[in-house]
Amino acid sequence: MADLTTEFLGIKSPNPFWLASAPPTDKEYNVRRAFEAGWGGVVWKTLGSEGPPVVNVNGPRYGAIFGADRRLLGLNNIELITDRSLEINLEEITRVKKDYPDRAVIVSIMVPCEEEAWKAILPKVEATGADGIELNFGCPHGMAERGMGAAVGQVPEYIQMVTEWCKKYYSKPVIVKLTPNITDVRFPARAAKAGGGDAVSLINTINSIVSVDLDQMAPEPTVGGKGTHGGYCGPAVKPIAMNMVAEIARCPETHDLPISAIGGVTTWKDAAEFMALGAGNVQVCTAAMTYGFNVVKEMISGLSDWMDEKGYTSTQDFIGMAVPNVTDWQYLDLNYIAKAKINQDDCISCGRCFAACEDTSHQAIEMSADRVFTVKDDECVACNLCVNVCPIEGCITMEQVPAGQIDERTGKVVSDEYANWTTHPNNPSATAAE
Amino acid sequence: MASSHQASGIQAGRLAAADIADNFGDLHPAYDAHEAAVAADRCYFCYDAPCMTACPTSIDIPQFIREIQAGHPSSAAKTILDQNILGGMCARVCPTETLCEEACVREAAEGKPVEIGRLQRFATDTLMEKDVHPYSRAASTGKRVAVVGAGPAGLSAAHRLAMLGHDVVVYDAKSKAGGLNEFGIAAYKSTENFAAREVEWLLKIGGITMDYGKKLGADLSLDGLKADYDAVFLSIGLAGVNALRAAGEDMDGVRDAVDFIEELRQAEDLSALPVGRNVVVIGGGMTAVDAAVQSKLLGAENVTIAYRRDREAMGASRFEQDLAASKGVTLMFNVMPKAIHGDGAAAEIELEYTQVEDGRVRGTGETVRLAAEQVYKAIGQSLQGQPEAVELEGGKIMVDATGRTSVAQVWAGGDCASGGEDLTVTAVAEGRDAAMDIHASLMG
Repeated sequence: MADLTTEFLGIKSPNPFWLASAPPTDKEYNVRRAFEAGWGGVVWKTLGSEGPPVVNVNGPRYGAIFGADRRLLGLNNIELITDRSLEINLEEITRVKKDYPDRAVIVSIMVPCEEEAWKAILPKVEATGADGIELNFGCPHGMAERGMGAAVGQVPEYIQMVTEWCKKYYSKPVIVKLTPNITDVRFPARAAKAGGGDAVSLINTINSIVSVDLDQMAPEPTVGGKGTHGGYCGPAVKPIAMNMVAEIARCPETHDLPISAIGGVTTWKDAAEFMALGAGNVQVCTAAMTYGFNVVKEMISGLSDWMDEKGYTSTQDFIGMAVPNVTDWQYLDLNYIAKAKINQDDCISCGRCFAACEDTSHQAIEMSADRVFTVKDDECVACNLCVNVCPIEGCITMEQVPAGQIDERTGKVVSDEYANWTTHPNNPSATAAE
Repeated sequence: MASSHQASGIQAGRLAAADIADNFGDLHPAYDAHEAAVAADRCYFCYDAPCMTACPTSIDIPQFIREIQAGHPSSAAKTILDQNILGGMCARVCPTETLCEEACVREAAEGKPVEIGRLQRFATDTLMEKDVHPYSRAASTGKRVAVVGAGPAGLSAAHRLAMLGHDVVVYDAKSKAGGLNEFGIAAYKSTENFAAREVEWLLKIGGITMDYGKKLGADLSLDGLKADYDAVFLSIGLAGVNALRAAGEDMDGVRDAVDFIEELRQAEDLSALPVGRNVVVIGGGMTAVDAAVQSKLLGAENVTIAYRRDREAMGASRFEQDLAASKGVTLMFNVMPKAIHGDGAAAEIELEYTQVEDGRVRGTGETVRLAAEQVYKAIGQSLQGQPEAVELEGGKIMVDATGRTSVAQVWAGGDCASGGEDLTVTAVAEGRDAAMDIHASLMG
């Protein structure tokens, strides 16, 4: 079995699977259960300033988007930071960290955007013995209206300023959590680095409304007849998170900034993908809230199995491996030609590929009278929409056309020379080829 | 040239070889990747899953299904094998319809449970096809354990003990290992020599020596084993077969069903196996169904299961009863054997109708005769050949929760031991648990 021990900012955990700051990490009770189930670390649910804590709505607090068979694909929450007192939280964190020295315990914090507020809370957090802090600049609801959460995360200058305060008043690693509710995530990432932040974690939740109750005529979750925008998370947001992680990982100014990836991690493969794009570890929330803490067992066995298969002995062996292959569209090889191919043994003749291609794409699939579906190479552009709508995995595959053969659609011989849009004659701003 | 269903007497080759091969193919063919993906997607991943509770070996079913769903069936196999080293065979023979699949919440929700058995086979097949044995032996403990009986209980105990570092010798009276897996399970549940292949795979753990042709009471004695080994595990099964106690029982054509099934399982060529035109099986359990169904699959024209009580009381599960009916076997209820008639060889069986009064079966006096060149006895098996020293309970070797018998140093498990259903999966659990107790006892 591969060794999943991962070191992130000098913090060691037995595996790269942490729980994100959220209800699952709200109390000692939850966190202990998590550690017993095998999670490598937790980020404690966001603490607020000393004094009366925030108050949540009673409920409902969640809305959801479902796939087939009510499989939860996206979760929307209107819950706030911790609604328990700071003192109780700090006591619990101290106890838990003491009992689980080999697991990462990070404390998420959100206090007003004033130096005094941070100066007051940080020593108390330091005293708990936690391994680090995470700055919550992400909540899109409830706190933003008070000038915290996403209200900070959308302003790079504020991010840099608060991060500097944290480095001033706290001795251990500072992780800056970024909001995706922003035009270009590289700005906040650069700001976090400029402020001395040791790492960034992303994404926090996405501003959303998941559904409307058509009887009450209000967004869901509906509280007393009204609804509000909430934070969206779960499998549905993974692609947004993956892109933002990749952007930070390949941006020259931030490519050395460690990343903790959050956003729809449900199985080992999701984690491996994020890590290949440059994340040193992952934080999970929705999957745990959907299925319970035991989801980590599959993540552990799956990642370990895959590492054994590939010959990786440490997570370091593959972190960031996909980053060099993330490029801009204009640099993709326009001479790479492929065609779709339907395996007639696997095909069940549902015709979904035909519907997609004939109606909405290139009319490159032929349907015979007895429901045999074949690809017309002279029309196929290899968009691979058919692959994505086919219910049988692996039934349709994209086959590269080797150099020297003719692409039936264009009549041209396929070249093995790399060429992209920047030098294409159709491009008005093409740079001359060397 | 195949003879036909209607050829009289007891004949081999009633069906063409191709038809026989078809008939005896997998009752449940293996899933391909797509079928497994669709089946795995149906699991709700329950908390403290009822299926896991229902499994005698406590396999973490939601975990293994999730691993299949996440694209790594080999991990799923390991999850299964961690709890049940014979997970491959169990996937093929377990009456899931009365265990995990009965408990499945989707059985409650839609009457259609998750196909746990077939998913288990998909996972274990994947691992075994790669010829991977994902366990290794701990450092040698210097302790030696004797296992008597190489059936599921014995094999399970042996593997666990060997894995923990002990040296194990497994004795068996027969010339092959596997017990009922090899000699008793219906052929269409264990195709392509699976039982033997599984044993070969299991032995890859190392540290297990097989010693065939050794029978307790004849070649081995309990005292002798206790002297030569640090512990003894008895997994001798139930070698005795209950007699009909009807006239004509000794005629040619009247046999123990288990003997017929054993012969069938070991036959190189099924079309060379003779079967009667008319076959009657006395009994109502899984053995009766296996004998009846397989007679029909060999080409018998008329096969009847004659059971002394009513359908509800039948030991065979509803699934097995339906299977028999779907293969063309006639199920007769409330009839018991009165006499077998014939001129030295069976030709007819006379059955008497029964009534149940105060729980007891009594003949009504009304009889019926069925043509029968072959009559199979499947009315239960009993303990035979047990050492005198061990105390019995309810006709089986008395054991406590950890498998200890009344004799120090001696454990027992499987069908021969008291408690638990007489299932392969229960035998595996008992073997495993006894091994853990033996290990704890030997290591102090």
